[in-house]
Amino acid sequence: MILSIFLLAAPFVFETRYSQHVLILVLLYITLGSAWNILGGMAGQLSVGHAAFFGIGAYSAAILASKSELSPWLGLLLGPVVALPVALVVGRICFRLRGPYFTLSTIAASEMVRLVALNWRDLTGGAVGVVLRPSVFSGTDKVPYYYVILVMAVGTVALCQWISRRKLGYFLMAVREDEETAESIGIDTTRYKLVALALSAAITATAGAFYANYFLFVDPTVVLPLALSVEIVLIAIIGGLGTVPGPVLGAVLLKLSSEVFRNYFEQANLLIYGALLILVILFMPDGLMGGFRKILTGDKRQVTG
Amino acid sequence: MPLFEVKDLTKRFGGLTAVDSLTFHIEEGETVSIIGPNGAGKTTVFNLVTGFHQPTRGEVIFCGKNLVGKKPHQIALAGIGRTFQLVKPLRGLTVFENILVGAFSRATSDAEARDVAEDILSFTALDSLRDTTADSLPIGLRKRLELARSLATRPRLILLDEVMSGLNPSESKEAVELIKRLRDERGISAVAGVEHVMQVVMSISDRVIVLNHGRKIAEGRPEEVAANREVITAYLGE
Repeated sequence: MILSIFLLAAPFVFETRYSQHVLILVLLYITLGSAWNILGGMAGQLSVGHAAFFGIGAYSAAILASKSELSPWLGLLLGPVVALPVALVVGRICFRLRGPYFTLSTIAASEMVRLVALNWRDLTGGAVGVVLRPSVFSGTDKVPYYYVILVMAVGTVALCQWISRRKLGYFLMAVREDEETAESIGIDTTRYKLVALALSAAITATAGAFYANYFLFVDPTVVLPLALSVEIVLIAIIGGLGTVPGPVLGAVLLKLSSEVFRNYFEQANLLIYGALLILVILFMPDGLMGGFRKILTGDKRQVTG
Repeated sequence: MPLFEVKDLTKRFGGLTAVDSLTFHIEEGETVSIIGPNGAGKTTVFNLVTGFHQPTRGEVIFCGKNLVGKKPHQIALAGIGRTFQLVKPLRGLTVFENILVGAFSRATSDAEARDVAEDILSFTALDSLRDTTADSLPIGLRKRLELARSLATRPRLILLDEVMSGLNPSESKEAVELIKRLRDERGISAVAGVEHVMQVVMSISDRVIVLNHGRKIAEGRPEEVAANREVITAYLGE
């Protein structure tokens, strides 16, 4: 209850443009981390290529803006529509691989998307990228953008919570634990992995389209770098792999500390950020959620092996 | 028509013939044990039946339909359950949730799945442990949970791979009782792959099939098989 009021009122409490920007970033990463978690945390398929879907979403919006009279906000619908077939094709190929090989193949797939964006200059503007003009909102007032991303973040977390209580969530967890065992109790593991990927990709693409409308500039280094994929994974893992609150905690911790460190430590900020990551990994191998659980229950066991 | 039949089942891995022209059948309501020394091919037979390997030759017929070529999850949904030698419970989930996962596979609604899970929970006497996480269970209870999870898929035939291994005598006794109740109370046919606990084999089986080097060397009632010279030689050497 208190949280809802806080969330709704936040942009009026934090009135500087910079702090509102940080709030928007945090919510964006909550969305991205939660979407990734459906595939990576619940289904256990560690994709380090999600930037591909973010980029597809962002470019969908950007291309609508540069090539048509339509509002780039329609990218929030077009993005997932384009991302889904890509996800299914990539999935069919990559899911034949297991463990680290699967992860490597997702990196390859994402890099392929980035290279397409870089080289298909007629469509994407290549390295020059696309500048968007603000649509629907003024572009200078951040408040409406905050509410859009708030709805997306809340919606995504709610979806994750819903999935985790239902057959889909249980089946994904079974796939994560052991695919042979899952098959032997009647779970079509390939199908469920594809479902998780499809949901994950669609939401990530929508978030990418949002970002294009907010940031108003899209190019391959901004929306398709490997570093973005890695950051999404870090947020979900540090927060607590496979848990619903995990990506929320991870996004809050990592994004806030990243911004705070940048302001207060200036040159040393990356060093200290790195140190923070190491500390969390050392002392909370199950992520923040695991750490809280240990503190609250005194339980020293590890949940994920 | 028997419930389940295997005809001329053969599996070659390169030069090694793991299973050689195996033919046997299971009638509805029977409990059959497949025994044999280490490496005789029992687990390979189970893997062939459940679709984890494709046979080089032969047929697997269940309720009149040939299962060869089907994927493991399709075979499970057709009504053949399986437990593994190395038990793999869903670690982060509770006992009840583990069984629930199995129940979801054939249930048509959330509520039905939960009902089935409750039923299996009490049938396998795991009620008192329903909220315990699976990874904190000792091996005997993990094996029982694995069986419960498979039962929740409501199979007509269940394949139990090395179900007694790792159990102490009292746990073995409990497992035997449970397997008997499968047949007596639920009409589920079972095929047990048991390596060397002869007492167990005698007490649960209607029939015993003996494999050695992938071939069937004997078949019959437990007492007949136990007295068979070739069987004794296979286990103990010349």
